[in-house]
Amino acid sequence: MNKNLRVKSGKIIDETYRISFQFNGKTYYGFQGDTLASALLANDVHLVARSFKYHRPRGIMTAGSEEPNAIVQLHDNSDRTEPNVRATEIEIYEGLVASSQNCWPTVNFDIGGINNFLSPLLPAGFYYKTFMWPASLWEKYEYFIRKSAGLGKSPTKADPDVYEHRYIHCDVLVIGSGISGIIAAKISAKNGFKTLLVEEKPNLGGSTIYQNSDHFKINNQNSGSWLDKEINEIKKLKNLEIKTRTSVAAYHGYNFLLARESLTDHLPIEQRKGKTRHRLLKIRAKKVISATGSIERPMIFDNNDRPGILLSSSIKRYVDLFGVACGEKNILFTNNDSAYETAISLIQKGINIEAIIDNREEIDSRLVYEVEKNNIKIFKGFTVTDTGGYKRIKRISIMQLSKDGQKVIGSKINISCDCLGVSGGWTPAVHLFTQSGGKLKFRDEDQTFIPDSYPSDQLSIGACNGDLTLDEILGNVPQVLKKFLNIEATEYANLETLSSTNKSKRNIWLLPTDKILGKTKSFVDFQNDSTAKDIKLALREGFRSIEHVKRYTTTGMGTDQGKLGNMHALGIISETADAKMGKLGTTTFRPPYTPLTFGTIVGRNVGEFFDVFRKTPMHEWHTDNKAEFENVGQWKRAWYYPKNNEDMHQAVQRESKAARESAGILDASTLGKIDIQGTDASEFLNRVYTNAWSKLAVGKCRYGLMLNEDGMVYDDGVTTRLDENHYIMTTTTGGAANVMSKLEDYLQTEWPELDVYLTSVTDHFATVSVCGPNSKKIISQVIPDLDFSDKNFPHMSFKNAKIGKINCRVMRISFTGEQSYEINIQANYGKSVWEKCMEAGKDYNITPYGTETMHLLRAEKGFIIVGQDTDATMTPIDLQMDWIVSKKKYDFIGKRSLYRSDTIREDRKQLVGLLTEDPNEILEEGAQIVADVNKSPIEMLGHITSSYYSPNLKKSIALGVVKGGKNRMGQKLIIPMEKKNINVTVADPVFLDKENKRLNA
Amino acid sequence: MFIINCPFCGERDQSEFKAGGEAHIIRPKQPTELSDDEWAEYLFMRKNIKGVQFERWNHIHGCRKWFNVVRNTSNDEIKAVYKMGEKPPSY
Repeated sequence: MNKNLRVKSGKIIDETYRISFQFNGKTYYGFQGDTLASALLANDVHLVARSFKYHRPRGIMTAGSEEPNAIVQLHDNSDRTEPNVRATEIEIYEGLVASSQNCWPTVNFDIGGINNFLSPLLPAGFYYKTFMWPASLWEKYEYFIRKSAGLGKSPTKADPDVYEHRYIHCDVLVIGSGISGIIAAKISAKNGFKTLLVEEKPNLGGSTIYQNSDHFKINNQNSGSWLDKEINEIKKLKNLEIKTRTSVAAYHGYNFLLARESLTDHLPIEQRKGKTRHRLLKIRAKKVISATGSIERPMIFDNNDRPGILLSSSIKRYVDLFGVACGEKNILFTNNDSAYETAISLIQKGINIEAIIDNREEIDSRLVYEVEKNNIKIFKGFTVTDTGGYKRIKRISIMQLSKDGQKVIGSKINISCDCLGVSGGWTPAVHLFTQSGGKLKFRDEDQTFIPDSYPSDQLSIGACNGDLTLDEILGNVPQVLKKFLNIEATEYANLETLSSTNKSKRNIWLLPTDKILGKTKSFVDFQNDSTAKDIKLALREGFRSIEHVKRYTTTGMGTDQGKLGNMHALGIISETADAKMGKLGTTTFRPPYTPLTFGTIVGRNVGEFFDVFRKTPMHEWHTDNKAEFENVGQWKRAWYYPKNNEDMHQAVQRESKAARESAGILDASTLGKIDIQGTDASEFLNRVYTNAWSKLAVGKCRYGLMLNEDGMVYDDGVTTRLDENHYIMTTTTGGAANVMSKLEDYLQTEWPELDVYLTSVTDHFATVSVCGPNSKKIISQVIPDLDFSDKNFPHMSFKNAKIGKINCRVMRISFTGEQSYEINIQANYGKSVWEKCMEAGKDYNITPYGTETMHLLRAEKGFIIVGQDTDATMTPIDLQMDWIVSKKKYDFIGKRSLYRSDTIREDRKQLVGLLTEDPNEILEEGAQIVADVNKSPIEMLGHITSSYYSPNLKKSIALGVVKGGKNRMGQKLIIPMEKKNINVTVADPVFLDKENKRLNA
Repeated sequence: MFIINCPFCGERDQSEFKAGGEAHIIRPKQPTELSDDEWAEYLFMRKNIKGVQFERWNHIHGCRKWFNVVRNTSNDEIKAVYKMGEKPPSY
């Protein structure tokens, strides 16, 4: 079996550098420059995969990114494994280990192959039709469907590689380095444009670079050598950056493109250490030139998918570029001249051709004459009707085509072979052009879609623009570039070109056979196993839109995005539905053009770089004291400080008791702080808060509630009047940035006449909050110069002070209901002030508490947390906070919405307190609240928003929102849980110290 | 990703900006005198045009200024950019 099909040194193969690799457990050898596909073909390995649905044996079909079949899993000895890698693109390296996908136990003997014989039971839409009913069994079906579907296996470990992103700005981006791209890059760079040339393959030159025949000449040299010289010249140009192994994945508006540059995938594993694997290029180009070439079309006939059937141009590429013959008994099947170029290459290398089958009857072409001269039998006006062989093509059957091409006539001829090259003509690669928003037009002569109108400053040239032959390219490209780049002359004006291609083509989308369609397997989408029969079935079942047919039959939905078969699908739909191709349009080409790895997409934004996290100035103290942390927005906040193996509940109970009985200390630095200055600052606050601000005296603090224009609570916090025209506003930790943006919005767009300036100072201050009956004693030791008497420094007031030489602001405000002081000091001093307070509080058992205890303490007092007890549907009235809504103020944000028909409904959900019958029963936050569990359907009245066990009240307390809650005081309600119903009583949400005695205790 | 010509900073990538919905919706001076329907018209009703649309944008990761943009929503072509308070161009 292990034959050597390496014929003669290929253009890019270095035969002095042999590389060993493993495929399906067997060791093979290839050379530097080989792709996995070329190296396997050199070892006569065609069978590399099983198809998706029927598990049919499949071989390598192409030599590029359009490959539908040869998709493998790569492994190495570490944690890396990568599924769905195209064997036609991956270059071999020492140590490469690859295996087939979608087969079990082996690609040679695959149990799933039975699906091939069950195929009459697996028509288009099989899953939709079969697994619809009974719905209750879906979970069982799903397991098996998922197991049998899918291609490769995802890695289970974290990706060990490094990826990065890079922005590139250039004058001109050239995509593709075939002859058109090389000419474009050279003209552009030589005329002073900063130019970037990207090529998805490792080498420049496209398909012209290995053209070595007397039938294609430029200035009397064969076209391959001419292009070689051009490439050597452009490599010296200063204005030009060239990136190979770089595939453009997406082309967005305003000439913004994403490309994947592959940097290490071709290197031996040990040389990849410390290097970036892929780089995502974010390219913004003033002008874009697409020279993306064209993709050869397969032919649609019965059993057109056997291993050993390749695109004819790929056979040529393998022999010329890699020095590999794809078979020993080759047959070519074509409807145009391209296959004869392949034939000439094979003849040059002494590779046997059994026959050529051509759909065309009469052909006046120099290429055909040349092949005929070599005594190769050409069957003109014939078509392939069937193929034989299972794991490798063994023979073909051919018959003559009728005059109209709709039927086959005459008798069947069988010819044996081990390789069949097919050429159905060419499809311009317009994928990127259409992604950018470009519109296509249909060209009838050769049944292709070509660019029509451009949405941005861009140009398609060469084969992707429909110029498929050498003379067309060299005739048109320099001309259009001159105009596009606005330059006077190019050096390519007077090229002498010889191109021998005859452009005639006999296009038949679905080739006729002697069998009825129902008995054939003519694959249109090789990767997704959809056949011509499936498409016709979809049309019979009433699907008309091509987008629907695509999804129903899954044609074009594989990782290759239908690069090969989409045109045939359209053609078959057009013929069957009798609709014009141009009118039918195409399905939408979506990014990425070729698949991107997740690593490439996320770049360096992984692990600790996934999102920024913000730490307070005291963060180190918290970690030193074993705090557990909670994420609040991007902040890491101390959650609780467990002592001696306490769990969270135990720690929180201890912290809460200490704060009420003696003293607690909280890091409140994360609260948003906005500095507000200007002569209209008071008026501004009047408009943004629900309560009145004009009469607040300098040195006093006030709690404010901020609404959205729809009347719903948006944020809250205490604002302090530092001076006549100077306030400091605090916001919730998570809401800080949004509040700042919202206030800026109103100032800039609605009230530009107000003299107000806003500055975010959240990070500038550290905030230490000391609360509890002993807080005054502690804080007086930290700031001995300040008079802390209730008379001089009452609740809700503020003093400027100094700690040592450092200025600070002290506010007497409380979120716990205890007497409480907040020191705000320049952030750098936060930790030392915290430590001073700890030192001063030592004798009073000062206890650091985290956010959990803070939540518990405020819940005892019935204080809300915006975002926990509210969502975007709660008005202040719903929260029973009518007292904070000014009746006198003419207007404030959200005022009008408070008496819309919906917001004045009596049965809105309103915030209430809830007490359990059993004081030790702690409710679950989020649990539903109902009144009657016996009447079905059970009406949901609301849900629990906050729930704790209060160590100070020695019972469980909860806050919740309940429909019409205000009028339900004392009512008994039920919390239905999975295992039991819990009885609760609706209560006042203020559970502790309703008279606020503790604030001045 | 399109490019927006911020009237204060110049051309920048779209990712530096935040969209702020339809432009030229003026907050009523006397909301309390409006009927529920009139207030709802201001509060909730927004156009979503396929074609030329007047929009508010904020250079949130730049100068933080709000301004107006005239954009064709079907192809993202930006026809004009002008400051708050300036007269909208006609399209």
